[in-house]
Order: sequence, then C-alpha cells, then structure tokens
Amino acid sequence: MPSAPLVSIDDLTVQFRTDRGWSTAVEGVSFDIGDGDCVGVVGESGSGKSVTALSMLRLHARRTARFAGGSVRYDGRDLLRIPESDLRRIRGRDIAMVFQDPMSSLNPVLTICDQISESLRLHQNMSRADARRRAVELLDLVRIADAGRRVDEYPHRLSGGMRQRVMIAIAIACRPRLLIADEPTTALDVTIQAQILELLRDLRAELGMAVMLISHDLGVIAEFARRVIVMYAGRVVEDAPVDVLFRRPLHPYTEGLMASVPAIEGETARLYSIPGRIPDPDEVVAGCRFGPRCGYAEPVCRAAMPDLVAVDGDHRVRCTPRSRAAGAV
Amino acid sequence: MAAHALVEVRDLDMAFRTRRAGGRPMMQQVLHKLSFDIGEGETLGLVGESGSGKSTAGRILVGLYEPTGGSVRLFGRDITGPDRSSGLAAVRARLQFVFQDPHAALNPRMRIGESIAEPLDIAGGRSRRDRNGRVRELLEMVGLPRDSDERFPHEFSGGQRQRIVIARALALQPGFIVCDEPVSALDVSMQAQIVNLLMDLQAKFGLSYLFIAHDLAVVRAIAHRVAVLYAGSIVEVAPKAELYSQPQHPYTQALLDAVPRADPSRVRGPVIGGEVPSLMVPPPGCRFHTRCPQVMPRCSVEVPQLRETRPGRQTSCHLYDPVAGTPDHEKLQRKVST
Repeated sequence: MPSAPLVSIDDLTVQFRTDRGWSTAVEGVSFDIGDGDCVGVVGESGSGKSVTALSMLRLHARRTARFAGGSVRYDGRDLLRIPESDLRRIRGRDIAMVFQDPMSSLNPVLTICDQISESLRLHQNMSRADARRRAVELLDLVRIADAGRRVDEYPHRLSGGMRQRVMIAIAIACRPRLLIADEPTTALDVTIQAQILELLRDLRAELGMAVMLISHDLGVIAEFARRVIVMYAGRVVEDAPVDVLFRRPLHPYTEGLMASVPAIEGETARLYSIPGRIPDPDEVVAGCRFGPRCGYAEPVCRAAMPDLVAVDGDHRVRCTPRSRAAGAV
Repeated sequence: MAAHALVEVRDLDMAFRTRRAGGRPMMQQVLHKLSFDIGEGETLGLVGESGSGKSTAGRILVGLYEPTGGSVRLFGRDITGPDRSSGLAAVRARLQFVFQDPHAALNPRMRIGESIAEPLDIAGGRSRRDRNGRVRELLEMVGLPRDSDERFPHEFSGGQRQRIVIARALALQPGFIVCDEPVSALDVSMQAQIVNLLMDLQAKFGLSYLFIAHDLAVVRAIAHRVAVLYAGSIVEVAPKAELYSQPQHPYTQALLDAVPRADPSRVRGPVIGGEVPSLMVPPPGCRFHTRCPQVMPRCSVEVPQLRETRPGRQTSCHLYDPVAGTPDHEKLQRKVST
C-alpha cells in the first residue's frame, strides 16, 4: 500500500429514516483506496455496497439519510463534513461516478454534447467550442465510432452499451483521480459487458486513475479488481488482494457466495445455496450478523460482533474462529 | 427423442408492426424460422441477449402471441393456424408460465393463498375444503410454511415470492412450464435455491421446462439441452455438456468467452466487438456476419440453415456446411483451435 491513500474511509456508519426510526444500512465500514488502485466491492442486495459509494460523495437525500459516524478523507479533508459548495468542486472533477442504468442517468432532452460539456464548462471554465471539441475527443476515447456525428445525438438514439460509454465519457471528462462505477455493466448483455469492462480497464491504465467497481457478480470482480472488499449486511466481512481472495477465501460468507455461483466450466453439480436469508437492517442479530446462516458458527460468534482483523498482511477478515485459526488473535 | 415430442416447434416466424417516429409502419421480424422440440421431463434452455427474441418465443409457446408463421404443437395439439382456439382450449390447463419479476406477478392486495388458488377456482369442480387443502399442499411443495396462505406478498422476500409464483403455476398439475428469466431478479444465493427447487419439482412430477435466460451459467445448471438465439434465429442447439465444452457456432463461442469467470488468473481472449443488429433492417445473409471473427464472403450473401453437424447437435453456420464448407468438422475444430 502506498504511504498516503487517495481516499480513506474510516468507520463509516450510515442510517436511513424509516417508519420505525433510524435504521442502520452501513456500519463501521473502513477501507482505503490508493492512487491508481483498482478496488472491487462485492455483495448481494442490501449489503451496503451502493450506500457506501453514494456516501463518499454525499449523494443521499439529506432528509432521509444521516452519517452516524466515521469519515471519508480525501486530500486531507473529510468529505462527510466539508461544506456542500466545496464538495461540488470535488464531485465530477476529482471523484466521478458511473451508475448502473445509463438511461435514467442521461437527460433525454439534451444532446450528448450538452451532457459531456456540462462538467467541462463548470469545472474547467471551457468555452462552448472548446468543450464541444473535447466532447468529441472523449467519445473517441470511449471508442464510439463516428464521434463527430454522434456528439449531436440524443440518448434515445443510442443502444444501452453506447449510453454507458457516454456515461463513462462524462465521468472521465475532467480526468478524475477516482472513478466509482456502481454496477456499470449489470443492465448490459454479456458481450457488451465484456466490451465495457475492457474499456474501463484500458482507461484506468491510460488515465492513471483509481477505480472502485461495485458489483454483485464475482466474475466481474475477479476479472477487473486487484483488491476485493466483500460486504454483507452493511459491513465489510473480508478484504484481500483478488488472487488471495479467490484462492483462499477466509470468511464463511465469501466461501458460500463463491460456492453458490453457477459455474460455466467444469463439473455440473447441484447448486450450493447459503441457508437462510440476509437480515433486515433493523433486525437484531446477536454477535456476527452472518452467524445464523453460518455452518461454522461457535458460541463465541453469538457473543459479540467480530472485528475486522488483519490475518496476513493485507488480508482482513471479520470472523472470530477464522482469524483465530489463522493465528491473528 | 420420442416420435412425438411434448413440444414441437416448426419454422416459427413472428413479426411485429412497429413505427419509427414520423415514419412508415415497418414489420420487425423478431423470430425467424425457429424449430425445436422439448421432450417429456426435459428442460430446454433458451439463451440469447436482449432483443434476441427469446421472450417472444416463450410467449408464443403459452399462447399469449399468435405467430405470423410456422406451427407449435403442444401435447400433440396444434395451437397455431386454424385449430388455434380448440388446441389452446385443450392444452391450456397443462401449460404454465413463470415470469421474471415475482413482485409484478402477484397481486399485492390478495392473500397469497388466494393467488395460488386462482387457477383452481377458474378450473372449478373443487369443494372449498379441497381447494384450501391443495393450497397448503402447494405451499409445502415449494418450501413455504403450510400456514402462510393468509399472508400478503409484501411479507415475503424476492426468492420466497418466486416460490409462491411457482406454487401457483403447479396448482393444476401442468406438464409444461415456460420459465422466463425466473431467477434473474434474485441474488445469487436465492438463485441457487430456486433453480434447485425447479429441478426437484421436475424430478417429482416429470415436468418439461422451457427455461429462458440470458445467464449462461444458470442455464448450464438446469438445462438438458440448450438453444442459442441470435437476432431472432437459432444459431445452435446442443446437449448441455457439448454446448459448453465445444461450442460450434462462432457466436456461441463469443458468448461463452464473454462470461466473466470467478478466476482472477484467467487470461481472456479478444473481446468481440459490435452490437446486436437492428431487426428492422437485419443484415443480409447470416445475421451474425457483421460481428463474426471467422466471417467468409458467402456469409454476407447466403442465409445459413440450421443443420445437423453431429448426432443431436445442430448449428447454423457456413463453416459447418457439408457441401461447400469443411466436410469433416473435427478437422475444422482443429483448424480453429490452432
């Protein structure tokens, strides 16, 4: 890990207002993203992966969400506490984001040129003509053929894959240092997904930016990330370099998740499924939140929520029996 | 395969009339000469990307759309052409559909017991007591508590709701169920539970499934044979084991190669470019030729036919044409792999 990380998330806790009071969606999430790093965040629905990403740029509705604790440090400042006006200078310029559904993220009544130019004109005070030229360059960069003509089209003229390319062009317009991509290929077909992942990989290398890729798909994570954060029920349960994680997952949840993914090669066996279900955010679970579904649970697991413990240099796991077995406690 | 398969689809065509803003109405050829069979107790996986026509095919098979050409025989009865209404009336009770989104498929204001009983009520001929007993039996069959019939859909998770939808589909003891992306909206751990449930029910009741999905790995887990659709045409049909280990059609090969593997050490091949073509102005010849890495001059002129390349396998590609192409496909396989 480089000396000072680009972004450092520490003990992030996010709550949402519900009929029954504040409900905790994300609790005690901590991890760093280094300069040029490629971090994958994986988890099922309700794991808190998107909430974490949106919190980094404070994109939650202020009335219904609150930060009950923690910090997100970037460039020496805590993004959770700086004034909104300062944050606006960071969003889209230093840290940009690409979402799952390119159709609802693009404005249907503005041309592609208008939408790419917006951040260039806002953050870099470019003239209209310069911004247009840059927009064409950016479309070229995201490999949209015939960029000079496409730039004047409206989103409905583009296919889903093209729209996601446009979203990426908008995100990288100001050469951000971190690109957060939240399920960027989930709405796309598998051949288009492969194209978009390849594009993101190339752009990361060309522009030297860090990428945080959020996905429910372990395959996408394995192909793209260098480091993987596994989330379950609002918490980080494991954090490891990608090859270490897939070779030797330590957390029983990670293990179960990997086993339940149907394979495309090798033996076909009956699919494994993790018994039970993910607890609701306000459900009270004694000790480890995965405990009730875990085949290896011991009395100690019910006693207290395990800590996220470093077991082997940069491999962290939130499981008391497993970290003890690894000799870390 | 039996002399008469449970489902026999021959040369199925489907065109929809569409209109571009301000333009003339155009016919959009969504399905082109689809032919396949499904045997008793068999699962045929139908895979393809969006716009390939897989859902349209599923809807035709349960009688929701009337095709513009070709025929569909279910349980030996024609549900297309002049005998459509009598044919559908005869087979309807043995035919069911499970949709992708279990939330949209259940009436939120109906207790789930009522939803499950609806097919029973429509079929009629049961006492109140019989009917309620059957509902509880169905709940148990899909792994839900027998006494949950009084609860509402919102009290269940996505996976449980899909179980409810399956219970309703089973109510009249069907022989054939079209499952259209039944697990796509679910998390992986839930997916596995539903796929396993569908397989258990098949083993128990000898059901046949048309399992429509975009996820090749899920199809691999459940199907016996797989048909691959591209832009409205079947490009390849093969037993599961062969399709995944030795795909013949260049599109099947590209599709399988594009699936991300949970293996960080894998070195992936070149990514296939381009996108699925417009169905309003489909490319001439083979519809895949615009993206095909092995394209030949004749591919842009001549439409390839789906023909048997080996017992039990059919592929629609000029590379496997016994007349003008390579007669020996083993030789070709070697050529392609070197």
